[in-house]
Amino acid sequence: MSDLIGYLLTGLGIGAGFALVGSGLVAIYRVTRVVNFAQGAFAVLAAMLTSSLLGAGLPHGVAEVGGVVLGALAGLIVGVIAIGRPGTSPGTSLIVTLGLGVLAYAVEVLIWGDQPRSFPGVSGVAEVGGARLPAHYLLILAVTAPVFLVMAWFFARTDLGRALSACASNRYAAQVVGIDVRRMGLLAFAIGGALGGLAGVLTTPVQQVTFDSDVTLIVNGFAAAVLGGLTRPMVALAGGLLLGVAQTLAAGYGGGAYQMEVALVLMLTVMIIQAARTGPVPETA
Amino acid sequence: MTGVIEVRDLVVRYSGATALDGIDLTVHENEMVALIGANGAGKSTLVKVLSGLLRPESGTITVAGRLSQVPEGREMFPDLSVDDNLRLGGWRNGRKGRDTTAIYDLLPDLAPIRARKAGALSGGQQQMVAIGRALMARPDVLVVDELSLGLAPLVVAALVDHLRFLHTERGLAVLLIEQNARLALDLCRRAYVLEAGRIALHGPARELSRDPRVTAAYLGGHVAVPR
Repeated sequence: MSDLIGYLLTGLGIGAGFALVGSGLVAIYRVTRVVNFAQGAFAVLAAMLTSSLLGAGLPHGVAEVGGVVLGALAGLIVGVIAIGRPGTSPGTSLIVTLGLGVLAYAVEVLIWGDQPRSFPGVSGVAEVGGARLPAHYLLILAVTAPVFLVMAWFFARTDLGRALSACASNRYAAQVVGIDVRRMGLLAFAIGGALGGLAGVLTTPVQQVTFDSDVTLIVNGFAAAVLGGLTRPMVALAGGLLLGVAQTLAAGYGGGAYQMEVALVLMLTVMIIQAARTGPVPETA
Repeated sequence: MTGVIEVRDLVVRYSGATALDGIDLTVHENEMVALIGANGAGKSTLVKVLSGLLRPESGTITVAGRLSQVPEGREMFPDLSVDDNLRLGGWRNGRKGRDTTAIYDLLPDLAPIRARKAGALSGGQQQMVAIGRALMARPDVLVVDELSLGLAPLVVAALVDHLRFLHTERGLAVLLIEQNARLALDLCRRAYVLEAGRIALHGPARELSRDPRVTAAYLGGHVAVPR
């Protein structure tokens, strides 16, 4: 029983990272119809910078915020390159993000090398219901939950959030009422970058980061996002948490080698079911 | 009288094909003007150029004051509430200009459905929301693209009443773009007929509704009953 509680909490902690990456994908896709394959790179860049800032003596909190800000900035840059030119099709933009994701490898290796990096998070061991697990997992959950609440509030209750939702809902009508859809797309990229950066900063103390960690994140984040047809952030949250738990359970009871396969099988199943039910996820809007 | 919309010698081309060719059109202050024409005559292209969504190849467009559009097909934000749809209509106004209270006074039918998703409404209700959303921009001139398309006659009559009220009581200038030529010519004092990207005819609506070229092409071949 205590094993199960431990796996569940650990799984939720890992899943929160997937959920953040996945909802970043959703934030960008809803507004721009671009699947951003550079999403995992935001997490890696943010984590790398945070480790450097901590190494340079900056206190916890400041260093992590620095990482998230870099994530947002990287998101904005990717956005400018991918959708900055008017008339770029979402398919073309997708390829651009893929290229930028690979370019990020080079930048990361150049600055931080190719060895795994990590930094300490919350130290110590927490005991919940008889299960013992690193206390940092609880911090991940304590940060992720309010982030999603704030996002829900932002998209539903602020005019800027409404304008982003309007671009997602009807791009032409958004232009008719005078919303600059390109600028909203760039804002969505920055939000996606911040969410990706937060994922990297939060999970690195329990999972080392290397320049190619983005593959795990993007596969799992995409699997989480695709559950909601790439348009529903809250479904991406649920999907991410579910994936994290499923993988931890598979690793705990079955052996650690199959974590990625769990995500891939889930993603393929969802995509096949969705394709059969509603037709494919639209590539262009 | 000065024109609130002045279009002079407007030319628009889509990848080589000429959509609008030498358009001259004026809407005066406090005037309701009809633009009629068949499908593909270039009506929607003109609306897009007027709203700044499409760049013309040559010619000039002068809009004195603010122009707001009721787009063809209503173009709701289907996942957003009626109130959010209206609020976004005031996007250009800044925060204080996004209060929707005045719109519910003007269009009371919207008040009971303000919390419903726009995508779940009937066509007539959506058209009402589209008008309210356009009014949120506090326009000096309203461009209404296909008010009646796909709506039942009674619903159209109610919408026309609202539009007439806004025009006569609020002094709003209106450019009404319609496939239903009878409706447009009855409602407006002056009209333009657009054919294959050119203004084929223009003049007082009453004269146009008796013009054999108009009756044959747009009024079902019957001469309009004199008013």
